[in-house]
Amino acid sequence: MVPISLFLSLAAILFCIGLYGVLTRRHLVIVLASIELMLNSVNINLVAFSAIGPFANISGQVFTLFVITVAAAEAAVGLAILIALYRNRNSIDVIKHDLLRW
Amino acid sequence: MIQNAWLIPVFPLIAFLILLFFGRFLKEKAAYVGIAGLGLSFIVSVMVLFERIGGETYTYVIEWITFGESTITMGYEVTPLNAMMLIVVTLVSLVVHIFSREYMHDDKRIHVFYSYLGLFSFSMLGLVLAPNVLQLFIFWELVGLCSFLLVGFWYFKPEAAAAAKKAFLTTRIGDVGLLLGLVILFNQTGSFDYGEIFAAVENGLINDTLLTAIALLIFMGAVGKSAQFPLHVWLPDAMEGPTPVSALIHAATMVAAGVYLVGVMYPLFLASPTAMTVVAYTGAITAFFAATMALVMTDIKRVLAYSTISQLGFMILALGTAGYVAGLFHLMTHAFFKALLFLGAGSVIYAVHHRQDIRDMGGLWGKMKITAVTFLIGSLAIAGVFPLAGFWSKEEILASALLNGDGFLFAIALVTAFMTAFYMFRLFFKTFTGEYRGGDHDDPHANDPGVEAQGAASVAEADNPRDDSVDQDRVPPAEDHGHHDAPKENSGFMTFPLIVLASLAVVAGFVNAPFLGHQLEGFLIQGLNVGAQPHGELWLAFLSLAVAGGGIALAWAMYYKGAIAEDFFASKAPGVHKLLINKYYLDEVYVAVFVRPTVAIGRFFWEMDKSIVDGIVNLIGRSTRGTGRSFSRGHNGQLQTYGLVSILGGLVVIALAFVIRGYFG
Repeated sequence: MVPISLFLSLAAILFCIGLYGVLTRRHLVIVLASIELMLNSVNINLVAFSAIGPFANISGQVFTLFVITVAAAEAAVGLAILIALYRNRNSIDVIKHDLLRW
Repeated sequence: MIQNAWLIPVFPLIAFLILLFFGRFLKEKAAYVGIAGLGLSFIVSVMVLFERIGGETYTYVIEWITFGESTITMGYEVTPLNAMMLIVVTLVSLVVHIFSREYMHDDKRIHVFYSYLGLFSFSMLGLVLAPNVLQLFIFWELVGLCSFLLVGFWYFKPEAAAAAKKAFLTTRIGDVGLLLGLVILFNQTGSFDYGEIFAAVENGLINDTLLTAIALLIFMGAVGKSAQFPLHVWLPDAMEGPTPVSALIHAATMVAAGVYLVGVMYPLFLASPTAMTVVAYTGAITAFFAATMALVMTDIKRVLAYSTISQLGFMILALGTAGYVAGLFHLMTHAFFKALLFLGAGSVIYAVHHRQDIRDMGGLWGKMKITAVTFLIGSLAIAGVFPLAGFWSKEEILASALLNGDGFLFAIALVTAFMTAFYMFRLFFKTFTGEYRGGDHDDPHANDPGVEAQGAASVAEADNPRDDSVDQDRVPPAEDHGHHDAPKENSGFMTFPLIVLASLAVVAGFVNAPFLGHQLEGFLIQGLNVGAQPHGELWLAFLSLAVAGGGIALAWAMYYKGAIAEDFFASKAPGVHKLLINKYYLDEVYVAVFVRPTVAIGRFFWEMDKSIVDGIVNLIGRSTRGTGRSFSRGHNGQLQTYGLVSILGGLVVIALAFVIRGYFG
């Protein structure tokens, strides 16, 4: 029996890598990929608790499926926005997109 | 018809409204709208007067406001006094409307002028018809407003704008007193109606001190409106307005409203001997001082303005010495002959291309016959020459000062009557006789050195320190008659009113002539308890005539014959002359005592407001803006910065949850 802490550690490491990517990368595609990474780390958590958590039941896995679906949709929308952005401003450097300033 | 007396003020109101909305399209034709309105009013007034002579006082009121036990009413009332005033106001207003048709025809804003005249006539007639003091007060303020608008009609002239402001503010001082008086009166009697007020006075419901205070406060209003000492300073300056306005408002009607006010509130004054004394002495002092200033003025309109103040002083003096009929009789006759004199002066001013300095005139007798003759009639009337209007009314005032006043009042009245005759004929001789001193210089500067040299006779005044306003070029920019030729008689629009008023100046006195049985007196005092009216003996009439004759003779000797040098008195007493020409320095004193400190206080509070009140508000605003600016620096649009800050914030929250609340453990 693999202890749950290993799953949680893996998920935490993946989450931190994703977070680091989101906060530091300037390339928008990589930022999007990093968000996927963070979502998947959460999925690992859900699945782990669903299998061997203190109140193990199937709803964690069901929720994971939802998260994957939403992530796919999010990636599709995100990439579409990204392409539109590129066409309009000729750049996908996150630093250069600061239109929301005051 | 007496039931339809309300129509009288309504016609001018309609004229005003028509001109207000359509005046721009009517232009010069606006005059006919005004004339038509006043003409109808005059016709109705005459009918009302005749009906009133044979009938009873008619009152019609509706409830306006009811609160508690008090009801305030509005409506109209035709008493003998009202009926007389209606005739005076509508007639003078009508002839002024006709006169202005010619006098103002070059002015681009003639329709505005006529709309103001209409509003004024409405207000003045409303004031006269008011059945209670509150309504009177409302119209009282309205005529003040119209006076302001009309004095400042040529608002682009700085002197006219200043004069309008001065007239408005000075009369406002009196109005404050009037309002206070009315408030106390209402507080004591619970009513604004004349009848109830007088009933309360008669039944002694108001204690004597309070009664005197009320009477004096109400008299303050009269002092302001009728330009009595010490609030007379606005009237000479108000001459900056167009001359027909001076004739209508500042000679015949509005300034007489103060006298009228004392007249309608007469039982109140009669009940307080102290108030009567104050009224009498105010009138006497005003009459005397104004007359002394009229002796030396060189501006034709200012001489007439001081004369008006002086004559108003006469009326007040008569009222203060129980000469109820004498005062109101003089009000009527004065309205006619003073309007005549002002319109005559307007005719002269128009003919000599808007010059007003009598040193630039002279020799106009042959050039403008009708104006000259009517002006002479007006001068004789005001001087009190038998059998013209002024003789009858002035004689009654002298009688009332002699019989009910004291020797001092009588002496002052007599001296003033002498001065009246003198200054009027000084004006007459300088304007109409001798050589024309206006010359043919195109630029009519009153102070042109050439004029001084030409007018050899004006040595007396040549070195006078005249006040600035007299020195100014008095031609309003909008005016150019394009006829810079020798003065000549004006058209019928200007001479017809003069003839009408001159006839009245001749006959108006007979309405109260003793040998016709004092008709006006019998009419005015019916239903009133104003005591026995004083009548002088025959010798008083001769004394009055002698005084008038003496004044005229002296003026004749000095300004026509030249038997006495014109600067005889000026050189004998240069100090007095200087004092008079500077109007006793009263304007300067007022500026130093009242205006400057007020302005200084205002400036002080303005500075306080600017530095402290505004300072605090600005500090709050500025600190808010500063805070915003410093925070806005963090709002840089960088997604990743926002993300980092959010994450760090989340971590801090979690850390706090751990440390403080001990979660998860």
